[in-house]
Amino acid sequence: MKRLAGGVVPLGAAFLAFLLGALMIIALGASPADGLAAMFDGAFGTTDRIAATAVRATPLLLVGAGITIAFRASVINIGGEGQIIAGALLSTSVALAIPDTPRIALIPIVVLAGLIGGGIWGAIPGVLKAYASVNEILSTVMLNIVAIQLMNFLLRGPLIDPIEVGTSRIPQTQRLTDNAALPTLVEGSRLHLGVPIAIVAAIIVYLILFRTPFGFRLRAVGHNPDAARAAGISVEKNIVSALSLSGALSGLAGVILVFGSESLRLVTDGGSAGFTGSAGFNGIVTALFGGLHPLWTIPSSFLFGSLLTGATELQRELQIPNALAIALNGLIVLFVVSSDRVRGWLDTRLDRSMKARVEE
Amino acid sequence: MERTPLLSMHNITKTFPGVLANDDVSFDVHSGEVHTLLGENGAGKSTLMKILFGLYQPDSGEIRLRGEIAAIDSPTSAIEHRVGMVHQHFMLVPTLTVAENVALGLPSARGFRTDLDAVSERILEISNQYGLAVDPGIEIWKLSVGERQRVEIIKALYRDAELLVLDEPTAVLTPQEVDDLFVILRQMTNDGTGIIFISHKLHEVLELSDRITVLRNGAVTGSTTPAESDRQQLAEMMVGREVKLAPDKPAVDRGPARLQLRNVSVKGDRGTVAVDDVSLDVHAGEIVGIAGVSGNGQRELAETIAGLRNAQGGSVRIDSTDLTNASPAEVRAAGFAYVPEERMKDGAVGEFEVSENLLLINHGDPQFRKGPLFDFAKIRAHSQRLVDQFSVKTPTLDTPTSTLSGGNIQKLIMARELDSSPTVILAAQPTRGVDIGAAEYIHSQLVQQRSDGVAILMVSEDLDEILGLADRIAVMFDGKIVTVIERESATREALGLAMAGG
Repeated sequence: MKRLAGGVVPLGAAFLAFLLGALMIIALGASPADGLAAMFDGAFGTTDRIAATAVRATPLLLVGAGITIAFRASVINIGGEGQIIAGALLSTSVALAIPDTPRIALIPIVVLAGLIGGGIWGAIPGVLKAYASVNEILSTVMLNIVAIQLMNFLLRGPLIDPIEVGTSRIPQTQRLTDNAALPTLVEGSRLHLGVPIAIVAAIIVYLILFRTPFGFRLRAVGHNPDAARAAGISVEKNIVSALSLSGALSGLAGVILVFGSESLRLVTDGGSAGFTGSAGFNGIVTALFGGLHPLWTIPSSFLFGSLLTGATELQRELQIPNALAIALNGLIVLFVVSSDRVRGWLDTRLDRSMKARVEE
Repeated sequence: MERTPLLSMHNITKTFPGVLANDDVSFDVHSGEVHTLLGENGAGKSTLMKILFGLYQPDSGEIRLRGEIAAIDSPTSAIEHRVGMVHQHFMLVPTLTVAENVALGLPSARGFRTDLDAVSERILEISNQYGLAVDPGIEIWKLSVGERQRVEIIKALYRDAELLVLDEPTAVLTPQEVDDLFVILRQMTNDGTGIIFISHKLHEVLELSDRITVLRNGAVTGSTTPAESDRQQLAEMMVGREVKLAPDKPAVDRGPARLQLRNVSVKGDRGTVAVDDVSLDVHAGEIVGIAGVSGNGQRELAETIAGLRNAQGGSVRIDSTDLTNASPAEVRAAGFAYVPEERMKDGAVGEFEVSENLLLINHGDPQFRKGPLFDFAKIRAHSQRLVDQFSVKTPTLDTPTSTLSGGNIQKLIMARELDSSPTVILAAQPTRGVDIGAAEYIHSQLVQQRSDGVAILMVSEDLDEILGLADRIAVMFDGKIVTVIERESATREALGLAMAGG
């Protein structure tokens, strides 16, 4: 019964969002059926496009899986952007330092560096929350800005591509060596190793959360810190762990954004969205849409990934600005979040009828 | 006795989806009498009173007041029919004065402006009449719980209530305050007020009532008077089978001191001294009861022993291990089990499944793992054994714990804690809000642990529970242990006096 309510609500939210999206397409003077067809074609029309969708979904999935960990432990992590950047910066620096390492060794090393970079960026607000009661929503958001400025500083100074120094001074790193590129899975397509890495990561997150004592403690702390503490579980340690792990997964997304890109370098436009594509924020939506379940986050990330790739085609075929995708994204957020209230209401209703049955 | 009852409820039936809350219940109250409604949680007392107060509509049946059919469809119309209700949880605005609270919701003679002087005058009149002794100009937050309750009674009397419903009024009072309340209620019945008294404290019911009606599963199972019955009989009417109010306690030799508290001082949440220089030993094979009105430092003391709160002075030891300001995990590792006072806050994770809550303290045990992952087959077997052994009534092992009844959640917590083979058990209010059957079971389990040589410290506000279970009784007042008495030499009166600081 409960599972049913959990699935119906986000699908209803998506449906409503698409309905409003259709109205917007009409308002722009196009046919919504054509629009939907164009979006579908853009996202899934060719093998290449499916690959592109999967690649767009990857950072969303990683951030989303991380978000499920944090939210399950009742910690709100809005710091995905900063954690992606921290992971990207550390892994890129490492790769730049050891350029001649063979791919088989280099890839695991940079993955580890990304996990550590993002993990540290998550651990900071975790420690602040656990031991100094600093609100993690504020600290994670602020650390996003710190990460952006750190990236701007490094890419304009210490890490800048030497070629740029005397010339246009574009804030970007040197192009990484080819053995740093994530291997492609299908020859000629953009589908790279990052996609299966993200899926495996989501499955591991599921196993950790629901099948290990560690995940058990995280969830106990998330649901009822008082009872967890009385049972001998350290609330502080688990808050730090949840945010670190959540950050580590975002850091891994940063690795995949750099090492899976065609340019093979980290570039900044002064903000974060240019590099992350706002995956740090959209990952939250992905996780919420997936009902904060790591496995449901997989299809959820593909839906949002297809929205992004589909919007490109929409623009090309119907001259509808791809901002529509952003609007659709926003609408889904709006409906999912407000439907949390609907879901809460449904849950209490179901709980109550269950209770009545038990008392009977 | 052919006079017309003040209130008569005839054949009231009320169903909720899947639950028959009131099943053909008839009940009446005469002017000048106290008629008690007795029953366990979920027996239908509250539903019946909510129907009387217009919060629910009955499916069938009728309510007559002074012989005439009364259609009560809201609390306002109940008040118009001169029915007053004192809720268990007070409905007062703490920042307003007594007079302002009483005037709240009433039309004023001065239109938009409240005529507080007139209200105050009338309050004084009522207080003098019944000896309620309340200053109309004082803010509610400055009042004690007992005084707040009197304000609730004044509120009802101010609205000319002739019939007063008191829902568990003694739950929050000290024994002395209970005596005072009963004097007030007696004065009111002498003046012709009818009173419906709801309680499950059997000795109070026997002391105050003129008549007693017992409800079980929504239906009336009997009516009696204090002269014709006793605690045992009332309990059996409530439960519907034979019950043991006090468990048989076999003689057990008192062993060495297991839990040792020395000069423990603890600050409360507001920074004031909550526990003041408490020293106490609990020996193997004994139950030490801490009696006291809640708010006298028992909670802080319990939390300090459990590792949830730091002591500012003194020491806590279990056997030879110093556990002063140790973490909960360290205290548990020393053989400590904890049944907390607030079971849904500190004892169980409501959203967790039954089997998960049973695993809360030993989820790290390697026997429940296969490699790095949980071995769910073993966990299910373990949970099933505990559920069976402690007769926790649950539809399935993966039912969300919050949907269980209070008694079953408490049994679940007991199962988990006792299964850890403790040497010291701290049980705070182990049967509060729990039905008689579950309470009986929980008591028998504690006695069994005592026979097995466990040292048990039990905090309880329920004197019957203390007197029935404890071997020694420590009374706590204002953060101090004012006296420690052997059970044989303890009387209810002496304990009551000590609990009030006398």
